[in-house]
Amino acid sequence: MATKPAATSSSGTPVLSVQNLEAWYGESHILHGIDLNVNAGEVVTLLGRNGAGKTTTLKSVMGIIGKRTGSVRFNGEEIIRASSDRIARMGVAFCPEERGIFASLDVRENLLLPPVVRSGGLSLDQIFELFPNLKERLNSQGTKLSGGEQQMLAIARILRTGARFLMLDEPTEGLAPVIIQQIGHTIARLKKEGFTILLVEQNFRFAATVADRYYIVEHGKIIDGFMNSELQANMGKLHTYLGV
Amino acid sequence: MQALYAQLLVGLINGSFYALLSLGLAVIFGMLNIINFAHGALYMMGAFCAYFLLNIAGIGYWPALIIAPIAVGIFGMILERTMLQWLSGLDHLYGLLLTFGLALIIQGIFQNYFGSSGLPYAIPDELKGGMNLGFMFLPIYRGWVVVFSLIVCLLTWYLIERTRLGANLRAATENPTLVRAFGINVPRMITLTYGLGVGLAALAGVLSAPINQVRPLMGADLIIVVFAVVVIGGMGSIMGSIITGFALGVIEGLTKYFYPEASNTVVFVLMVLVLLVKPSGLTGRAT
Repeated sequence: MATKPAATSSSGTPVLSVQNLEAWYGESHILHGIDLNVNAGEVVTLLGRNGAGKTTTLKSVMGIIGKRTGSVRFNGEEIIRASSDRIARMGVAFCPEERGIFASLDVRENLLLPPVVRSGGLSLDQIFELFPNLKERLNSQGTKLSGGEQQMLAIARILRTGARFLMLDEPTEGLAPVIIQQIGHTIARLKKEGFTILLVEQNFRFAATVADRYYIVEHGKIIDGFMNSELQANMGKLHTYLGV
Repeated sequence: MQALYAQLLVGLINGSFYALLSLGLAVIFGMLNIINFAHGALYMMGAFCAYFLLNIAGIGYWPALIIAPIAVGIFGMILERTMLQWLSGLDHLYGLLLTFGLALIIQGIFQNYFGSSGLPYAIPDELKGGMNLGFMFLPIYRGWVVVFSLIVCLLTWYLIERTRLGANLRAATENPTLVRAFGINVPRMITLTYGLGVGLAALAGVLSAPINQVRPLMGADLIIVVFAVVVIGGMGSIMGSIITGFALGVIEGLTKYFYPEASNTVVFVLMVLVLLVKPSGLTGRAT
């Protein structure tokens, strides 16, 4: 099973189904045929070295990579050619690695920026319960927040929209351990509430606390995949893949 | 003293036009990253639109104040959809060349049919006459232009800086890709923004018709000064464009009183000084 990912080990319907996804940044060919599935209610983590194509995979699903081919199905609907605003309105939410907090907007405006795409999103009260810090900083300029607060804001604002499928790109990057813990709790709580999450993480130890399943990305392809329960058995391979 | 106040008033009037035009330029530049050289031609179209409404359809000044900005704004949105949108992501130079070419074409067409001399547009009856303020005589129409422009500028500022719609616009100015990935139709927003900027120019054109007459090149003369205003104020700030617009009008007026020989160049001298000291403009953010 080294070349075929354990795609359907978890029962359920795939929320996201990616087949033979290829993507280009200008002239450079980044993804060379990604195949993966994310089932309803799962937290799936993409692992891999820098430049392997993890972020590009998320961006391709979101529709913000100019040239992409193959198939991306969201709840059964083909979205490979859809514009990113349409994909978002179908219920896909993206939290970028650089967090994307807007300097010309205050915290409240940042929080309210993504439009509600369907009912069932978190209310502001629920968001403040998850991230009490944000409530105290509502009138601050978005980029005046600390790194951790900015990450919370970046996650918080997509929870309001009612999207049930979240893609989080390295939410723990550069953050203090106590903040990482808080983000871990948040992801666990979201999972309990039935959110489906596709996570990109370099912090492998963090990923192990939240993920159901892993895919290994290398040179723009999925080269392996396993369940969280198989993690110990795969440690050796993992060290080779990630070079840690 | 009478002459000083008169020049101050002229300065405020010119400042009103500078503010309305540079505000539109700043909004357009923020969203489309295009230096809209067609702005003067679109201002002229606003004035002509009012002229046509009156002389062909018998529709007067007050409806024209609403119809002309909408009509010219729609024309602007067609320009954006059919031409400007293809320039996104390219160097500024392309947008500048395209809009400059558009300005020449539009002005050329109007010159072909109307020559270069001015067509009269009467002040509406309600705003005729003047008021004696004690220290000076204020023609009511001129006072109206200053006050109304200021209100429109402040409303635009409020729309952009204080409303949800404005927050979307500011965010899309910063990072259009991400805003679109949140489900907001950014291309449509860009089109509407261009329409808004163009509408403000057309509104200035209608306001100016009874003062400056309606001429095909009325915008070409004005736009050069407006670009200097924008350079001085900086592209980044809405309030900056408004304040700089009015302030430079007043400075120009004062120069006309104290040293008339320099009145046509003072704005450009200031532009050079500002560029030497603060290249991003007085209120602009360094990039």
